[in-house]
Amino acid sequence: MGLLIPLLVPMEGYEPPGVQSFDFPPLFPGAPAWVDRYLLQALVAFLLVGIFWLVMARKNKLVPSKGQFVGESAYFFLRDSIGRDMIGHEFRKYLPFLIAVFSFVLVNNLWGIFPLTLLPTASHVGWAYGLAGMVWILYNAIGLRKFGPLGYLKHVTMPPGVPGYMLPIVIPLEFFSNIIVRPITLSLRLFANMLAGHLLVLVFVLGGEYLLVESEPIINKVAGGASLIFSMAIFALEIFVQILQAYIFTVLTAQYISSASSEEH
Amino acid sequence: MTPMEIVGSLGIVGYGLGAIGPGIGVGLIFAAVIQGTARQPEARGAMLSTAFIGFALTEALAIIGIALAFVFGFVGQ
Repeated sequence: MGLLIPLLVPMEGYEPPGVQSFDFPPLFPGAPAWVDRYLLQALVAFLLVGIFWLVMARKNKLVPSKGQFVGESAYFFLRDSIGRDMIGHEFRKYLPFLIAVFSFVLVNNLWGIFPLTLLPTASHVGWAYGLAGMVWILYNAIGLRKFGPLGYLKHVTMPPGVPGYMLPIVIPLEFFSNIIVRPITLSLRLFANMLAGHLLVLVFVLGGEYLLVESEPIINKVAGGASLIFSMAIFALEIFVQILQAYIFTVLTAQYISSASSEEH
Repeated sequence: MTPMEIVGSLGIVGYGLGAIGPGIGVGLIFAAVIQGTARQPEARGAMLSTAFIGFALTEALAIIGIALAFVFGFVGQ
């Protein structure tokens, strides 16, 4: 057993990655604490998304060039599979918002695999709260404008077809789930996926680096090399998760807008 | 000398337990989508968009779990 101990616990001097790995100092000395990498990434993503759609929206021809084809494919994907399927016949009003949300969340998530940044913006919970808060205000405002305050409350809390004696149970549950839980899960879903994915990458890369470079036994070096190679597979999984989370965020936004604005079924 | 000393918070163990249910649920959802696609391939698109909403709702439990693991994990220390 004594020989096994350094194999089981090769951890002296190893700092495991944790929540503290997501704290970054301000960008330059003397800046306020909120001017950090996250803000810079979000601003660059904002510029990229804006420039992309502005370029794609001008000089459209009947026979598309390659660039126009890329933009049109992205637009048709968002319009048909998210806008029209989820919202229904009046989806055109909300399409610009859905496209903006999808592209912004997607670019911000993909910062997690871009070699110069390697940090998804939404892995800081404030950004996820901000995005979900915007969606929350939007769908509640749509519902309030369409049905009025009391009508919207009735629309949200009383699903049609519920017998009267069930209403004392159903009304608080529906209010809780539609008004309170929705923004929380929307933000935490994005945040937790990005945080967990980035932590996974950190564990494989930092642990592999420690085993390969700083620990003695040869078997640890083999394990460290294997871990570093396997971290590439983790990056591939991360690409998939980041695109999927941007898609799910947009689908749920469309779903919330649809359920707040639709007539009684 | 113990071979491994376990330190830290029980919140992580609790999150592991809490992730069992959503794991099974997400598996069931996509198993149903695969079956449905095998039976009727042209209905795949309609099934997938519903499946992603169900997936997101099921996953919400795991997400609340990870948030609570962080919250209560730091309370205990």
